[in-house]
Amino acid sequence: MIHITIDGERTSVPEGTTILEAAKLMNVHIPTLCHHEDQAIKAVCRICVVEVEGQIQLPTACNTPVSEGMVIKTASPKVIKARKNIMELILSRHTQDCLICSKNGTCELQSVASDLNMSRRNRYELEARNVEVDESSPSIVRDMTKCILCGRCVEVCTDVQGITVMDKENRGYHTLVVPPYGKSLVDTACVNCGQCVQVCPVGAISIHDNTDEVYSELEAGRKVVIQMAPSVRITLAESLGYDPGTVTTGKIVHALRKIGFYKVFDSDFSADLTIMEEGNELLQRLNGGETLPMITSCCPAWVKYCETYAPDHVSHLSTAKSPQQMFGSVIKTYFAEKEQLDPSEICSVSVMPCTAKKFECKRSEMNDSGYQDVDIVLTVQELAKMIRTAGIDFENISDSEFDQPFGLGSGAAQIFGATGGVMEAALRTVYEVVTNKTLDNLDFEDVRGFGGIREASVDLDGTVVKVAIAHGLKNAKIVLEQIKAGNCDYHFIEIMACPGGCIGGGGNAPKTWKKLEKRKEAIYREDKNLPIRKSHDNPYIKQIYEEFLGEPLGERSHKLLHTHYIDRSDLLR
Amino acid sequence: MEEMHVLLRNKGKINPEDAGSYISAGGYEGLKKALKMTTEEIIDVVRESKLRGRGGAGFPTYKKIQFALNDAEPKYVVCNADEGEPGTNKDRILLSSDPCSIFEGMAIIGKAIGAHIGYIYMRAEYSYLVPILESALKTSREHGCLGENIMGSGFDFDIKLRSGAGAYVCGEETALFESIEGKRGEPRYRPPFPGVKGLFGKPTILNNVETLANIGPIFMNGADWFRSIGTEGSSGTKLFTVCGNVKRRGVFEFPMGINLKDLIYEVCGGLEEGRTLLAVQTGGASGAVINKDQIDVMLDIDHVSDSGGRLGCGTILVIDDSNCIVDIVRNNLDFFRDESCGKCTPCREGGTRLYELIDKLCQEKGNVKDLETIEDLAETMRLTALCGLGHSTAVPVLSSIQNFYEDYIKHIDKEGCPVCSQMGGKQA
Repeated sequence: MIHITIDGERTSVPEGTTILEAAKLMNVHIPTLCHHEDQAIKAVCRICVVEVEGQIQLPTACNTPVSEGMVIKTASPKVIKARKNIMELILSRHTQDCLICSKNGTCELQSVASDLNMSRRNRYELEARNVEVDESSPSIVRDMTKCILCGRCVEVCTDVQGITVMDKENRGYHTLVVPPYGKSLVDTACVNCGQCVQVCPVGAISIHDNTDEVYSELEAGRKVVIQMAPSVRITLAESLGYDPGTVTTGKIVHALRKIGFYKVFDSDFSADLTIMEEGNELLQRLNGGETLPMITSCCPAWVKYCETYAPDHVSHLSTAKSPQQMFGSVIKTYFAEKEQLDPSEICSVSVMPCTAKKFECKRSEMNDSGYQDVDIVLTVQELAKMIRTAGIDFENISDSEFDQPFGLGSGAAQIFGATGGVMEAALRTVYEVVTNKTLDNLDFEDVRGFGGIREASVDLDGTVVKVAIAHGLKNAKIVLEQIKAGNCDYHFIEIMACPGGCIGGGGNAPKTWKKLEKRKEAIYREDKNLPIRKSHDNPYIKQIYEEFLGEPLGERSHKLLHTHYIDRSDLLR
Repeated sequence: MEEMHVLLRNKGKINPEDAGSYISAGGYEGLKKALKMTTEEIIDVVRESKLRGRGGAGFPTYKKIQFALNDAEPKYVVCNADEGEPGTNKDRILLSSDPCSIFEGMAIIGKAIGAHIGYIYMRAEYSYLVPILESALKTSREHGCLGENIMGSGFDFDIKLRSGAGAYVCGEETALFESIEGKRGEPRYRPPFPGVKGLFGKPTILNNVETLANIGPIFMNGADWFRSIGTEGSSGTKLFTVCGNVKRRGVFEFPMGINLKDLIYEVCGGLEEGRTLLAVQTGGASGAVINKDQIDVMLDIDHVSDSGGRLGCGTILVIDDSNCIVDIVRNNLDFFRDESCGKCTPCREGGTRLYELIDKLCQEKGNVKDLETIEDLAETMRLTALCGLGHSTAVPVLSSIQNFYEDYIKHIDKEGCPVCSQMGGKQA
């Protein structure tokens, strides 16, 4: 143990503890900006400087380990003066439009500036970086006039996703974080995962907001239906100030009705549909000697990644559409027919944990209903704002039920939201379809968890199926390289671009691994509590095949529920 | 005054491209001795010599070697030849006239810590020296002084050349490592220190060209000999680059402790006729600016430091009364704001803000509040910047305000500055 004194109080902490961590143990919160608990230490913003007896300079608390006998002052006048001076420099480059900023109220810079009581007039002329806002991407908006150059986005894009769509350009006062060669984000290999949005402490990288389009549709009097993804009920409450893992399904459904949606559907239903199609596709591939391993295609960020970096291997992707897009085609065909509505009267909205879904719904081939299958994608964060805008007292609002016939999903569909969930859902169905036996234990523990790449084997009455799960594109790349090299013996692989799966998606409230643990616990708890836990047991799934689709992989299913992929390797030029 | 040539002993006397020529002049004798010594014996010699780093910080060289005494492998010896301090040419002279003396120093340190690979990182502007160095490396290998099994000792050591791309900050050791690794030249935070995690994350000893060139002679002639030169705290000779308003400019080698006044007036012939001394900046653009009453000082690491300055790399900028001190500082800041890598807030934003404020003074549009802001900001940069570049940006500012306060005030009150006025001040 190392003996130190912090602000006059003696304590001892384990060797290797940083001053920042030690102060926290002593109930002192040292302000930080570039620091992120899941990322490497950066020590670049310098806002966390402290005074250490015997040192002329002020070391940064985030990276300085304590040493024996260290006497630290975390908030001496000298320290506060330095922090205020640094903050003043940051603010002198930061567009002062807090009131109309998407991060208003959740901005880390705002919070630190407030704590530092930055009330005096800035001594420097405001000179924000002179860069146009890049709204080219359907998913992400970049406004570098707000960037504080913390480097978090570069790290997540490089070290977690392995893409490096943006990095630093120029130096000194002119340093910028930008895509290469002056490109707009839409013209890059960006997969729209939104992990950069998750880590940006300010409003420099934000979600492309589509809420106004929804209001316009509502105002125009169209039948605005909405589907809600499995993980939304797990993560939405967090955006409204609740603890991570607070599940509020019924409240959200009620709130959506209050906002004015014509029907509120559950994407758990279409997740079950996906399992039916994808599961049968897997069996077909296993039996028919077609391309293996088959890889899931529910994650639009992963799909774009594969199309960009491995266009020669898209045949490995399941042709099944994602649950969002399956739902989109079904709403404007089966549902329209049932309700005797002209599909053109319907505006199909989805609420997703995902920024890449905004890109997916705009893919030109996603119009098998004869119309754009899904019109508008909202993220969890946008919906939370709509709920606040509508003045809904979320705490006291009662629960509501989803609308039928798309209001019921199985536990298998529910766990789509966590990494490994699609795999587990598929295995529950594939096992029973192949073996004609009932699974004793529905919990495939091997495929759960947050290990970067996990593998498991399932015995289907003598046929051993080898599966793997990867999340985070850097892990996906490892698997993809094995496939490229021809030394991959898996039959079925689930890949999700975001760490943790959809509960870690870029459209949620900012996450940490600690929060993700809570969200994960919640999603598996939901699964356990649902009466139906296997996709093929969902009565409405049986109904839609009987009334409309025919059979999995049948002609109509093929037309409406399956898709094809394109070569996007041009983006790498 | 007579120069004392230890480092420049071979300048103009040998063929720098030919190791044979270096060997004929007694070269690689130090390495030969060191190869027969243990790690402890080598460190003892360096410690007893009291050699201190010549790049700017004056850190005891033996301590640096000790930091890298750990079990990790591989280890690296890096020569910092990114001589970027404005007005400094001393390393260039050594690189171009006696490169083998640098290799010898690197090999001896390599032997001490068990490193087998050395890198010489040269500033982009010195690329024209690469053929000389390549040839010197080749002939050194041919003479068995580098490469495998050096001089039959069983010890392998070879050297690779790497070139920078023009960034001053890459002279900072960790930014230099990043640059060699092919990354953006930005400094790293410390700890970990380079002795533990340096180049490619491995234990690394980085030394300035001049420091390394001292090591061969120390092993050849002994630590006692080396210690007999210079002062108590700073042994050996030092290369001084004198530039600015003196009659005779250039690189001169003197024992540590030569008087600054003598260097200016005796060695360099003083100032041009009709001019008087205004200021001297020691240690390059990142050094302190002192006034004419402060130049009776011994030039060694501790004496300059005690007087509030910095010996640094030994660069002496002599400034006569045709200049304005605020304008000189503005020029310094123009350099630093341009060379800031942009990684940390104080240096990235502060460097430019300091420049803007000083420029405002030069244009005689400033006020007392601006002067207060300048001091306040410079102090914050000195206290909080990530690396030496940000810290030293403040040095000329704070030292010049301290030593030339009246000159600053002149820019604020009615009197005005005759020099700045000619360059666009309010009286122009």
